[in-house]
Amino acid sequence: MMDELLSGLLRSIADIDDIPTDGAYNIRKDGEGMARRSTETVQITPKSGKPGIDVRVAPFSKADRVHIPVVITKTGVNDLVYNDFYIGEGADVEIVAGCGIHNSGCEASEHDGIHRFFVGKGAHVRYVEKHYGEGDGTGERILNPTTEVHLSEDAVCEMEMVQIKGVDSTLRETTADLEAGAKLVILERLMTHGAQTARSNVEIRLNGAGSTAQIISRSVAKDSSEQVFYPRAVGNAPCHAHVQCDSIIMDDAKIRSIPEIAANHCDAQIIHEAAIGRINNDQLTKLRTLGLTESEAEAVIIEGFLK
Amino acid sequence: MLELKHVSFQVGDAHAQAEILRDVSFTLKDGKFFVITGPNGGGKSTLARLIMGIEKPTAGQILLNGRDVTDLDVTERARCGIGYAFQQPPRFKGLTVRRLLSLAHGSDLPEDACCAYLTNVGLCSRDYLNREVDASLSGGEVKRIEIATLMARDLEVAIFDEPEAGIDLWSFSMLVQSFKNLSRGRHKSVILISHQERIMQLADEILVVADGQVRARGSRDEMLPRLLGQFEEDCGFRAKEVTAQ
Repeated sequence: MMDELLSGLLRSIADIDDIPTDGAYNIRKDGEGMARRSTETVQITPKSGKPGIDVRVAPFSKADRVHIPVVITKTGVNDLVYNDFYIGEGADVEIVAGCGIHNSGCEASEHDGIHRFFVGKGAHVRYVEKHYGEGDGTGERILNPTTEVHLSEDAVCEMEMVQIKGVDSTLRETTADLEAGAKLVILERLMTHGAQTARSNVEIRLNGAGSTAQIISRSVAKDSSEQVFYPRAVGNAPCHAHVQCDSIIMDDAKIRSIPEIAANHCDAQIIHEAAIGRINNDQLTKLRTLGLTESEAEAVIIEGFLK
Repeated sequence: MLELKHVSFQVGDAHAQAEILRDVSFTLKDGKFFVITGPNGGGKSTLARLIMGIEKPTAGQILLNGRDVTDLDVTERARCGIGYAFQQPPRFKGLTVRRLLSLAHGSDLPEDACCAYLTNVGLCSRDYLNREVDASLSGGEVKRIEIATLMARDLEVAIFDEPEAGIDLWSFSMLVQSFKNLSRGRHKSVILISHQERIMQLADEILVVADGQVRARGSRDEMLPRLLGQFEEDCGFRAKEVTAQ
């Protein structure tokens, strides 16, 4: 059995309390591999010469689930990890990643995960990454993920990246390139509070005919936190892309949203939308007419918005 | 029972003031179906917002079952059993129809109950339960969901502000039927702000508000002929016949 702290962090980031009873997994704790299992269709091997793992999903394997959570429970840990995912042709897999930091000390704890995805022809990947921080120490909780996605012909990748609470500083770099017929959906949800800062840079290159991409970013900035979004979609072929950034701003927070779209082909259709605003008064009033207090109404609106 | 005693509402500052409602008094007894009608800009919606507590009267009192609720805020009035369906309901990103109905009801609503409320307002329920109440819904759909949120509550007074606006003719007939059932159902009394003759036909009593004042009040049988006739001359207002929108 795991201790309470560890299972709490795992619950927050990967919806598991303990070591999973089925499927492949790799659990990393305080900069070291803690538990690992491969299955017939999902091979997980440690990298040699640098920290991290290779995850290989067999071609045409169906509905596999892989958990690769990272937890940091000590103060002053600086964990850099390289994880590569090789998804075989026609495979169907769900990867649940995520990082939880409990820092009750005074030194910063940081995890920088560098993830590369090589998705084979016609394969389907669903990737969920949750970031979470807790602990009453003064040490910062820092997460700087870099994600690189290469989608072969007709591959589909759906990525859900969530950071809801407790991360003091984050710099997220995401890049993707898409071959013909490939599809990428990125749903990013972010909430910052206190004096937190978050920056997310995304660059999607649609290189193949018929490729499609959708980037949806929803964020809430509270207190004196600051957020910057810089999503870019570049169409190099007949393709469709839609970038949507929506933010709720509260208190003394600051948000910058800089969606950029570029077309290098006359049949590239790319749209962007961006909006920043406070919670609409009519929404609050409507929920209050149902018997909710103002703060309950605010919580319902934020919960829905970030769902 | 809802009572308004000499309620007035002014807006503006020390330099310029506008009187939206002036000395409005009426009593709405339990079990009654009350229609408020009158020309646009006459103060009907303001009256509804004052009853709900969204606006505070500048003079007068509002009593619910004998209790003075004038100083209660929106949340407190909602908890006392006052409900209000907005004329232009707000939209919510990420909030599903089912969640909104459950919030209105006060606890998680089973799928069957949600479906029944949606069917009552002319929506094919299963298609809507998990849809978000956001910009993907048409104005008419949002409006019907708004009406359903009130139907999901047990209320002392339910106020519907122009429920027919934006609703097509087919759904309108269904809606009229739903309001008929409502008057015998879970709400003790119903206030409907409307210009439609077919809605007025449901009323026990009709109140005409124009230029911020109660211009006339009476039973349906007494008021409807007047509204369809001479009121046109009295205050430039005539009830609308139902037409396809």
